[in-house]
Amino acid sequence: MNNITKNRLKNNAFKVWGIACTLLGLVLLAIFIGSILMDGLQRISWEFITELPSRFVDQGGIFTALMGSVWILVLTTFIALPLGIAAAIYLEEYSKKNKLSSLLEINISNLAGVPSIIYGLLGLEIFARIMQMGASILAGSFTLALLILPIIIVSTREAIKAVPKSIRDASFALGASKWQTVYHQLLPASFGGILTGIILALSRAVGETAPLIVIGALAYVPFAPSTPMDQFTVLPIQIFNWISMPQHGFEQNAAAAIIILLFITFAMNGIAVYYRNRWQKKFK
Amino acid sequence: MEKEKKAEVIDSSLKRKYKIEAKEVKVWYGDFMAIKGIDMNIKANSVTAFIGPSGCGKSTFLRLFNRMNDYIDDFRMEGKIFIDDNNINKKKVNVEKLRKEVGMVFQKPNPFPKSIFENVAYGLRIQGIKDKTFLNERVEDSLKQVALWNEVKDDLNKSALALSGGQQQRLCIARTLAVEPSIILMDEPTSALDPLSTAKIEELIFQLKEKYTIVIVTHNMQQASRISNHTAFFYMGELIEYDQTKKIFTHPEKKQTEDYITGRFG
Repeated sequence: MNNITKNRLKNNAFKVWGIACTLLGLVLLAIFIGSILMDGLQRISWEFITELPSRFVDQGGIFTALMGSVWILVLTTFIALPLGIAAAIYLEEYSKKNKLSSLLEINISNLAGVPSIIYGLLGLEIFARIMQMGASILAGSFTLALLILPIIIVSTREAIKAVPKSIRDASFALGASKWQTVYHQLLPASFGGILTGIILALSRAVGETAPLIVIGALAYVPFAPSTPMDQFTVLPIQIFNWISMPQHGFEQNAAAAIIILLFITFAMNGIAVYYRNRWQKKFK
Repeated sequence: MEKEKKAEVIDSSLKRKYKIEAKEVKVWYGDFMAIKGIDMNIKANSVTAFIGPSGCGKSTFLRLFNRMNDYIDDFRMEGKIFIDDNNINKKKVNVEKLRKEVGMVFQKPNPFPKSIFENVAYGLRIQGIKDKTFLNERVEDSLKQVALWNEVKDDLNKSALALSGGQQQRLCIARTLAVEPSIILMDEPTSALDPLSTAKIEELIFQLKEKYTIVIVTHNMQQASRISNHTAFFYMGELIEYDQTKKIFTHPEKKQTEDYITGRFG
């Protein structure tokens, strides 16, 4: 009897502790978002999004930074996607399982944990200096592509691995080659999972600041970029800039820009969740 | 020149007694020896059943005929397997082509997550066939052979995953037939099905042997005795006894065989 009450007490105690832990994160996030909204919401308007930056607090907008972020996002996608998916297909379907391949695997997982500023230094040396791209969008995109490559490879591999072996067997048994099996069966079946991984990786790229600062995107850019070789700035850097201004009013601008950036990342994550659910339904 | 070649082909097909011939076949998974030297000949246009307890090597042996073991990392084999007098383990053998000749049906129905039509057409599409009328005819023909046509003819564009287990397995057989193999390997094709679906598949196998050579692995003794012409009993990686099914089930030579089929072990 005594034992049962004790166990029940322990059970309840853990339940309360668990709820408290969950709430702590959520409440902190809510407070953060609440204060940002209070500071920034009044500053948000159509002009704030579509106008060039200004040195006056209550004028101008984030257009150059927004366009910079869009450019970076698109180019990074084009660079990282084919590389990441091809590498994942190779590792999962083609490579023989031996010491070399497991060494490769471990190192790719490790790369996902390398601090982003290291990637920035790498990008500065290789893309900006040696390949003479300078502080351009292209250099930034290559750098961010390197940064998210491990994430794309790992998530794509997981998605391909989740396709039942019976599908591979069936395809091979009908005389399909490895590539035909990958192209006609594995990629369509794992598309939802791959897409989720890509979107999550890109939403990380769009929030990255440090590597882009290192390659020189901190400069004041008066106009929106129009070619990949142009100088640029992105939203997180614009926010960083405004926060470091001495004048009081720029905090408001930063808060407003944070709202836009949060909106973009939340929207991207939402799309990822939507597609994942849709694909899971299709396979059950 | 052309004539000579033709004469030769006819000659060899007359000479040939067996569809599949296995000589001194040994298989290892790493250090584990899964098949310990098996010689076996399988006749054309007949049903041959492989029986034996789990882990006796019968599935491994079956999967040698279409080289499905190639994808297992520590798989290693010795010996030779001939299909229509061709050694299928030679380096220059085109495995994709071999598998068009030697189809396979698996234990669990494994339709692709595509439409019924695309499931059956898949084997043809990967050969690069695009002719719509040809595909339509072949799909209809294959579905008719497995007696599925009347059940699905109005739903060809629906997902194959919506079919029942028995229908799915017949679809998988139709998919195999569509590429016109001469041998069909079946790895416990009814073990995941209810008795009614099982009966349908057995009836189907009985009809298919007119045109195809069928090798079937089964754990169901009644099934082996009902549908097969020859039965092979495997135990611990060895072929213990191989004879006409009637003989195996009435007067087996070896005691191990008798013990197994009467249910005393396994």
